[in-house]
Amino acid sequence: MADLIGADLATRTPPLAGFHGGSGAASLSAATPATRLSLRAKPDAVSALSLALGLSLPTRSKTSASGHGRHALWLGPDEWLVIDENGADLTTAVASSGVLHSATDISHRNTAVIVKGRGAEVAINGGCPQDLSLAVFPVGACSRTVLGKAEIVLLRTAEDTFRVECWRSFAPYVSGLLNEAAEDAGN
Amino acid sequence: MSGANRIPGAGRLTPAKTARFSFDGKSYAALEGDTVASALLANGVHLVGRSFKYHRPRGIVSAGAEEPNALIGVERDAARKQPNVRATVQDVFDGMKVISQNRWPSLAFDVGAVSNLLSPFLAAGFYYKTFMWPKQAWKHVYEPQIRAAAGLGVSPTEDDTDHYSSRYAHCDVLVIGAGVAGLSAALAAAKTGARVIICDEQAEVGGALHFDKSVTVNGLEGFTWAQATAADLAQMENVTVLPRTTAFGYYAQNFVALSERVTEHLAKPDRKLPRERLWQVRAKRVIIATGAIERHMVFANNDRPGIMLASAARTFLNHFGVAVGKKIGVYTANDSAYEAAFDLKRAGITVAAIVDSREKPGEAVLAEARKLGIEVLAGHAVVDTAGKLRVASMSVARNGGGRARSIAIDALLVSAGWTPSVHMFSQSRGKVAYDFESQRFLPGTYAQDCLSVGACNGTNDLQATIEESLAAGELMSNASGFTATQKIEIHGGNAFAWTGGMAGAAEGAGPDTTVKAFIDFQNDVCAKDIRLAVREGMHSIEHIKRFTTNGMATDQGKLSNIHGLAIAAETLGREIPKVGLTTFRAPYTPVTFGTLINHSRGELFDPTRKTPMHALEEQMGAVFEDVGQWKRAWYYPRAGEDMHQAVNRECKTVRDVAGIFDASTLGKIEVVGPDAAQFLNLIYTNSWDTLKPGRCRYGIMLREDGFVYDDGVVGRMAEDRFHVTTTTGGAARVMNHMEDYLQTEFPHLNVWLTSATEQWAVIAVQGPKARDIIAPLVEGIDLSNEAFPHMSVREGKICGVPTRLFRMSFTGETGFEVNVPADFGPAVWAAIWAQAEPMGACAYGTETMHILRAEKGYIIVGQDTDGTVTPDDASLGWAVGKKKPDFVGIRGLRRPDLVADGRKQLVGLLTKDPNVVLEEGAQIVVDPNQALPMTMIGHVTSAYWSENCGRSIALALVAGGKAKLGQTLYVPMPDRTIAVEVSDMVFFDKEGGRING
Repeated sequence: MADLIGADLATRTPPLAGFHGGSGAASLSAATPATRLSLRAKPDAVSALSLALGLSLPTRSKTSASGHGRHALWLGPDEWLVIDENGADLTTAVASSGVLHSATDISHRNTAVIVKGRGAEVAINGGCPQDLSLAVFPVGACSRTVLGKAEIVLLRTAEDTFRVECWRSFAPYVSGLLNEAAEDAGN
Repeated sequence: MSGANRIPGAGRLTPAKTARFSFDGKSYAALEGDTVASALLANGVHLVGRSFKYHRPRGIVSAGAEEPNALIGVERDAARKQPNVRATVQDVFDGMKVISQNRWPSLAFDVGAVSNLLSPFLAAGFYYKTFMWPKQAWKHVYEPQIRAAAGLGVSPTEDDTDHYSSRYAHCDVLVIGAGVAGLSAALAAAKTGARVIICDEQAEVGGALHFDKSVTVNGLEGFTWAQATAADLAQMENVTVLPRTTAFGYYAQNFVALSERVTEHLAKPDRKLPRERLWQVRAKRVIIATGAIERHMVFANNDRPGIMLASAARTFLNHFGVAVGKKIGVYTANDSAYEAAFDLKRAGITVAAIVDSREKPGEAVLAEARKLGIEVLAGHAVVDTAGKLRVASMSVARNGGGRARSIAIDALLVSAGWTPSVHMFSQSRGKVAYDFESQRFLPGTYAQDCLSVGACNGTNDLQATIEESLAAGELMSNASGFTATQKIEIHGGNAFAWTGGMAGAAEGAGPDTTVKAFIDFQNDVCAKDIRLAVREGMHSIEHIKRFTTNGMATDQGKLSNIHGLAIAAETLGREIPKVGLTTFRAPYTPVTFGTLINHSRGELFDPTRKTPMHALEEQMGAVFEDVGQWKRAWYYPRAGEDMHQAVNRECKTVRDVAGIFDASTLGKIEVVGPDAAQFLNLIYTNSWDTLKPGRCRYGIMLREDGFVYDDGVVGRMAEDRFHVTTTTGGAARVMNHMEDYLQTEFPHLNVWLTSATEQWAVIAVQGPKARDIIAPLVEGIDLSNEAFPHMSVREGKICGVPTRLFRMSFTGETGFEVNVPADFGPAVWAAIWAQAEPMGACAYGTETMHILRAEKGYIIVGQDTDGTVTPDDASLGWAVGKKKPDFVGIRGLRRPDLVADGRKQLVGLLTKDPNVVLEEGAQIVVDPNQALPMTMIGHVTSAYWSENCGRSIALALVAGGKAKLGQTLYVPMPDRTIAVEVSDMVFFDKEGGRING
């Protein structure tokens, strides 16, 4: 039994592996695999959890906190999506907080498309009804919203860059729609 | 030369830029910027279509979106054909093919025109009265015949090769319409820094400035000023200028839909460009500057080709450089038509006479007419016209009677005044108010944050329009949080102030006449039809509209509604506002299906969800079935096998050896928190306190009414953590159901829910060899029966990656469900298959899964239940905690009907002939010889051929079923009656020993 272990370590097959697309106005690429946590907690746990994660969990709608490749996105009054682009063990990190919370690993549930370019806003607005102008949706703004018929979580990481998170089985649809919209954003 | 009627020096098109197009096979020259209408008129073609009901010859009436007659087909190639295009808004492009509609065999000779002769028998309401009896004839004769005769244009039969796009946009101020009013408002708004979108349906901005050459703005010709202003606006970063873009729908909270025609005017569009783009704009404030539409005069035979709106003739002359005739007449009740006569006269065209129904026309225009030597017949009427395929003369008589004089003409320009375009305002749910003084409906009570300016607001004077629009632009920007820093000066001037206007039938088409005086050209509705409707008892404008079809054509009565209303009011002897106005509805003008669906076609029609192992299953030859948005492996045929053979083999193999199955689509919800067990106690009928970490339990959840809502296996991972599974189809709604109760009924509980459906790839390994297959791959979990019994869950590793390994079974065999983080799914599937295949195991699909569970009597919620089944009905009473004080549905279960005798209960059915497989959904009766309609006591919910049992098996809902064990019932089918015996629900391994193997 043990002889197979280790020798045949299962390899990862991420959705959207190697995906590139879009247009000159808005390029699309698959985000690198990341660890993700659905974090739920009441207001009194926020400071301890912030300490454990090394960034202060946002408490206002449509805001996020980022640092060293780690992002915490406000999704609801007691809900955050925590993403670590360096693959850190987030479950263990929050477990050390010692306060009441719920942490569920969703690293593999979600995947993400990075939309970058002067036409990034327009490309996402091809299917997303939110106002993405810089004044209303500044760098760091985030929102659980829709893109066409799929649910997405949108995070603006730079003036011309968005991270579009979706559930893995919706990735072909989300990337396909973004691809058409990015094409049109160049027109 | 681009047409004999092109006046050198007139119009704004460039003579050097020509294009060729064909109309009904004949080739014509046009200029770039021409519409099909202007190009045809330049070539002297007035006859462009046949009317819908009477097939009367029809010509071009307008120069804009309101066109009722000139509907054409436009073809680019075999796939790209567009019927019912208005010739007045479609640009000509080189190589364009235009065809006329609603005629056979040709436009000039149309057999259908016989209906014009039969018109006395085709009065309004004709269909309702004629096609009533006999009843059967409606279905077999009338409807098919009417459907064949009805309809306009021909739909393309090939797939559309164009593509369409969509864009959401937000702005502070949306301006609809880019005439003087819209441009002024947009400029004022833009200068405050507000985000502005301004759209206009025409190719170029300017609105009425297209025809009204007498207007000057800031010292420029009005049209020139408009272009310069639009160019300035387009340069501003906070402004989006959208020409060729129609605002067609105004919805709640200033949500306005626009249709942008991107390539419709191009001969060889870049294939990367969408043909049309749907804009969905959310505006903080909206300024409606949609102008006004000129009405025609209602008199006998007012529909001949060559009879058109005066403003249209002016547009064709002043913008396109086309004279619509060589000897024109004018028939008006309003000053504005005079200016058309003046412009044409100055261009060298003969004006036979201006016939004015008023005794006292405006003095200024009268003086100018005199100066130009144009005869004005005030207090006169055109009482008839003549001419077969184009108007040739008009009969003019003094108001009140007297001998008619015939005047030869080849075009007749008409104007009964202007109807403010309150469509957008009305769509915004604003209430219009009737202005008695000017006899028109104007914006009254606003329902949304919008403002109407200019002609659509009833403002006539040019400078007043400008001031009103500038103020609106500033006001609406202020309301959006912006302030004006500079005063904008716009000064306009025009030649004449317009007075006059009328609504309803003119002289000679009054109540005592039977002449064809058309009000709705497209639907062939005459003044007399409205009167007939009133006589037949229709007193509401809504009834009159439907009885006569007035305003129900594709132009939605842009010309006809006010005339129809005025005639109805006159006939009813009531004031116009007492009769009411019909509601304006989206779309303002027709919108293509392509624009509405935009990206949602082909692969993007709907998300297609695939499991992590989909590609591997494809390689293994799986045939997939759709389960909601999911693609699931249905069965895995081998060479030479049909579905039946493949499924029989899979069923046998799983029970003889083992099988592997992709169960990733099962819904999974992580329930976490100190009160997790307490929460599940409330959501499920079962008890969860007693479940120890590491163990699983099958749970049922009910709706409030006591009926089964979903089921699934729940594993307790830790004291405060449960791994809940749901049906594939129930994943989203069960999550919502739980969240709903958590937030509204149990908010005091410390528990949180997270969807984990897609976090895990799930590989079921089922069958006597299941343990042998996975054992070499698993690390850190004792798989023995003693250490890891049926209905357990352990965490460990498989193939070196973390797993939640469940010992559970939906087949009745020894079974495991391997959960691994989804990215690892394919590698672990491959490793398990590498173990399984040499042992003789198979991969199996959903069909085999369904049969194997039915052999064991395991139900599928939604197939064997239908929302009216209690746990007890489904023989699942054991899963309801008898001592539990509360759970969702506990009170529902106690309702008298839910505990009454004779309820439909789930039982097994065995056909007397073991080779006969019942049909799912088939009805069940006690006595097959009873008279029709028979009393049905239930229906078949699941039915399969069971290779393992060597016979057919079925599950059914039967009234009082459990008390009928062993009885014979009957399933009547169209060709035979099938006898069945009622049995219990377990058909295979009744003792259930295999599951613990």
